Amino acid sequence: MSTDLLEQVSGHFNYWMAVILMMVGLYVVLSRHNLIKKLVGLNIFQTSVFILYVSMGKIHGGIAPIYVEGVTEQPVFSNPVPHVLMLTAIVVGIATTALGLSLVVLIKKTFNTIEEDEIQASLDKKRRKP
Amino acid sequence: MTAHLPVLQVVLPLMAAPLCVVIRQLTLVRLFSLVVTGTAFLISATLLYQVNTAGPISYAIGNWPAPYGIEYRIDLLNAVLLFIISLIGFLVLIYSKNSIAREITQNRLYLFHSLYLLCMTGLLGMVITGDVFNLFVFLEITALSSYALIAMGGGRLGNPQALYAAFRYLILGTLGGTFYIIGVGLMYMMTGALNMADLARLLPSVFDTTTIQAALGFLVVGITLKMALFPLHMWQAAAYARAPSTVSSFLAATATKVAVYVQLRMIFTVFGQIPLFRDTPLDEILIVLALSSMIIGSLSAVYQKDMRRMLAFSSLAQIGYIVLGIGLNNATALSASIVHLFNHALMKSALFMALGAVFMSTHSVKRGAMRGLGRNMPITMAAFVVAGLSLIGVPLTSGFISKWLLVQGALESGMWPVALMILVSSLLSIIYIWKVVEAAYFKKPKRALPKARDPGPTMWVPMWILAAASIWFGVDAGTTVGIANKVAETLLGGVPQ
Amino acid sequence: MTPEIALPLMLITPILGGLLIVAAGRHPNLRETITLVTAVSLFLITAFLTPHILHGALPEHVLVEMMPGMALTLKADPLGIVFALVASILWIINSLYSIGYMRKNGEKNQTRFYLCFALALASVMGIALAGNMLTLFIFYEALTLVTYPLVTHAGTKKAKKAGRTYLGILLVSSIGFQMLAMIWTWSISGTLTFSPEGILAGHVEGPMVLILLALYMFGIGKAALMPLHRWLPAAMVAPTPVSALLHAVAVVKAGVFTVVRVVMHVFGLDLLNATSNSNWLLYVACFTIITASVIALHQNNLKRRLAYSTVSQLSYVVLGAAILAPISMVGAVMHIVVHAFGKITLFFAAGAIYTAQHKTLVSELDGIGRIMPWTMGAFTIGAISMVGLPPTAGFLSKWFILQGAMETGQSIAVVVVVISTLLNAAYFLPIVYRAFFLSPTGNSDTTGDTPTQHVISEAPLPMVIALSTTAACTLLLFFYPEVPLTLATMLTGTTNTVSSGVINLAMETF
Repeated sequence: MSTDLLEQVSGHFNYWMAVILMMVGLYVVLSRHNLIKKLVGLNIFQTSVFILYVSMGKIHGGIAPIYVEGVTEQPVFSNPVPHVLMLTAIVVGIATTALGLSLVVLIKKTFNTIEEDEIQASLDKKRRKP
Repeated sequence: MTAHLPVLQVVLPLMAAPLCVVIRQLTLVRLFSLVVTGTAFLISATLLYQVNTAGPISYAIGNWPAPYGIEYRIDLLNAVLLFIISLIGFLVLIYSKNSIAREITQNRLYLFHSLYLLCMTGLLGMVITGDVFNLFVFLEITALSSYALIAMGGGRLGNPQALYAAFRYLILGTLGGTFYIIGVGLMYMMTGALNMADLARLLPSVFDTTTIQAALGFLVVGITLKMALFPLHMWQAAAYARAPSTVSSFLAATATKVAVYVQLRMIFTVFGQIPLFRDTPLDEILIVLALSSMIIGSLSAVYQKDMRRMLAFSSLAQIGYIVLGIGLNNATALSASIVHLFNHALMKSALFMALGAVFMSTHSVKRGAMRGLGRNMPITMAAFVVAGLSLIGVPLTSGFISKWLLVQGALESGMWPVALMILVSSLLSIIYIWKVVEAAYFKKPKRALPKARDPGPTMWVPMWILAAASIWFGVDAGTTVGIANKVAETLLGGVPQ
Repeated sequence: MTPEIALPLMLITPILGGLLIVAAGRHPNLRETITLVTAVSLFLITAFLTPHILHGALPEHVLVEMMPGMALTLKADPLGIVFALVASILWIINSLYSIGYMRKNGEKNQTRFYLCFALALASVMGIALAGNMLTLFIFYEALTLVTYPLVTHAGTKKAKKAGRTYLGILLVSSIGFQMLAMIWTWSISGTLTFSPEGILAGHVEGPMVLILLALYMFGIGKAALMPLHRWLPAAMVAPTPVSALLHAVAVVKAGVFTVVRVVMHVFGLDLLNATSNSNWLLYVACFTIITASVIALHQNNLKRRLAYSTVSQLSYVVLGAAILAPISMVGAVMHIVVHAFGKITLFFAAGAIYTAQHKTLVSELDGIGRIMPWTMGAFTIGAISMVGLPPTAGFLSKWFILQGAMETGQSIAVVVVVISTLLNAAYFLPIVYRAFFLSPTGNSDTTGDTPTQHVISEAPLPMVIALSTTAACTLLLFFYPEVPLTLATMLTGTTNTVSSGVINLAMETF
């Protein structure tokens, strides 16, 4: 039983890490009021997906899929597609983070704070005034 | 040339977006983007015609055949969506001229056009592609550009909430997108396929695994977030209320519709070979969420004083109708959903346009500010009323046709309480629309509104094209219902029930 | 002109008239002339169509095909033409009256008033001529919407509140119940075209019939079945011509017309007769008749008293339909006609009293008959017709309904009709007594120009002409009921001999 469990954990180590990171990220996004921390959480969340994809592309004993002229023996290649997909996803993630950060800068300029509850409070005050 | 229309549909606005930044000169940019969106509209009309007469089109990007390259696949369903997006995109852009000049900082106007084209590219791409990962890329293009577009509402007339609304949308939108990509990853893990047709072929054999069921869960949650269906709707009201009027008019009509499209694609194409509604509680979940959205959306709309928020909540209810049609799982209800996708895009865009015109002349979209506007802005308010009636589903408007089919669908499934709920939600919509009508036509303004008058033709013509279309497709619904029936049959045809 | 062309013309004429009214908005004389001309043309077209219908023709005209198998269709049949005739005749008279009333009372927004009136008539024509349930429903809703500005015409807070009640009840009931029932019917039977056997016959049975019947009956808020009657007294804030034509004739009759239509042509008498417990409708109608009459007894405001009387009288029509006997159906149709003429006379009189003397309460009417003899004379005729005594037309319809009730052994209906006749007398005759036999109290001198006690001081001439005409019609209909009666008997399929027999019977009784 216990060896089974151990095997489960060690054999799927990457996947477990991905799940843990996913949960950590999600928790940070939802629980923190600081906008920067939210973005950090979002990044962790996205990173977990990168790990998930890259892990599934890995094949035991597989090597980088580079085709060499003249080599007749067919080596085992890792699946390159998930890597390619994740390159795109990383670009998307960076763009999102950049946009998010620039929004935070603007928010800081307008509201003088990056704490969600304080922003909400100042909005409520404004709504009540007129 | 016509063979390459599918790719042109997406590439044209994609290329045009950076060119806008290069051109920079405002008049030229505007002219250029109008030409581009106009052409995109013509392309989509041609595609719709071709698909409707000659059947689905498949286009391999870069001549790479389907499983290896990315396939653009257009059947009647996405042809309709392409048509909606490019039609609304074109009309809203015509409308935008004076509105954005008032709401967005002058020196950023060329950027607005660039982002707008990018957003449209993303939406068109999401709809046209036959590849689930490619769809994610377009989804993020749409999302990123729309965060920026919404944030532009923080510009000249000073609406700092826009920034905060955009940020919140960014967080939730990214979560939604990531959920989607997790789902895609899990499917890829089990099948090694990203092409929708391939997935459809391969999924049935592995559907019993928890991995695929988890994938389905992630996909549904992610898409539901993008659709702004209850309980994941909170970002929408703030985003639409704070964005520049032009942006709300465009996004409210298209963005959530495209998310609904993705939902349809997933359920009926990707998982099309699996009787999802029989083997999983997905239909019950969809029905419950849809009904909650309808009632909560309509109820919340009744209590809103900010009219854009009101319309945003009404969108929640309307998305509820559409999802309900999917969940009811019969041809009539499904074709109601598809008809309503189209009809609702028309009316909601017209409503937001009218509010944009009101905002221009009164600098407010509170209901109180609309008092007496019926006299001052007859053209705008008449358009608002016409589109509003359609939202309610008054006979002879397009909304009536959608509701009719939906109620009929509910009855066909033997769910008469659901039919009753649809009508209750319609009744609630009477209340919130009527409050506006009462303010505009039967109340005197608090102070004189000498300056409030109708906008120029660039604004009211597109507004009225949409409002008139709401009437037209209510009186002569043969075309829309005919196409929707065809789509519904095709979609349901894939499910061996 | 062929009958087929006459159908869309009946719809277009008032709409066109409405547009011309707006165009002529700045010239009151021209505007009112247009109203009158439109009303007369509408009546002439309807009159042209009538003989065709009497000879058994059923002209039909498809307006537009909305969805496959679902079209907006106009079709003239005996029931529809009866309603169209009544509405178009009374529109002429009412226009005449409106001109006097609106000018004398200096009402605002008169162009909007006449426009909405014309549009309301167009909707009524649409309801009368609807060839299927969808068409009927659409015009039914249109009628609600175009009459809303008329109800809130005064623009006061009270008027707006009444307007909300009006819209609220009518729209909630029609969209919540009627539309559901309609779509249900469509999904069960695949058609909405009215048929003499009933759309639903052969498609449903048992409890399902009862559910649908309830949805339809409470979906037709305009028929003012309790508890959906409250909009009618509320709508009395409107100017009197509106109350007169719309809330004694057009709107409420559209309601009971729809009831008759649904019972006859959606369900069919046979289906309902075959369904047990379908007579709950009869009890609801009976309850409404009695309760509304009792409430009317306590109303001091004259127009409100008339409104509750209308609620009660409308249920006579529902009762006639619910008895489910052909002869009572004839009574129901006849009651649509005779109540229209009688009640409009009463409202005209109320408006004339308000215009000439600025009195709205029953308790203020002491001796008014001596100052306004014509008006009160007409009022008396109208009141007698409400009670249902010969020689007024009110007697005929009640007679038929009673006969139907006796034939089918519905003793409860018989008792209710008798009691309500007494109640009607109890709330109408005291007004007549006050007006003619009590001396004026004299404390009405607040207006300054009150005439001395016995000087005759009637309302403006057009109003007096109008109310005398309708009063005369109430009498004439008793002696010459052939046209509506024949149409009504054609509707129920009873043969012509029966119809002439019925007429003879009526004459003998007199």
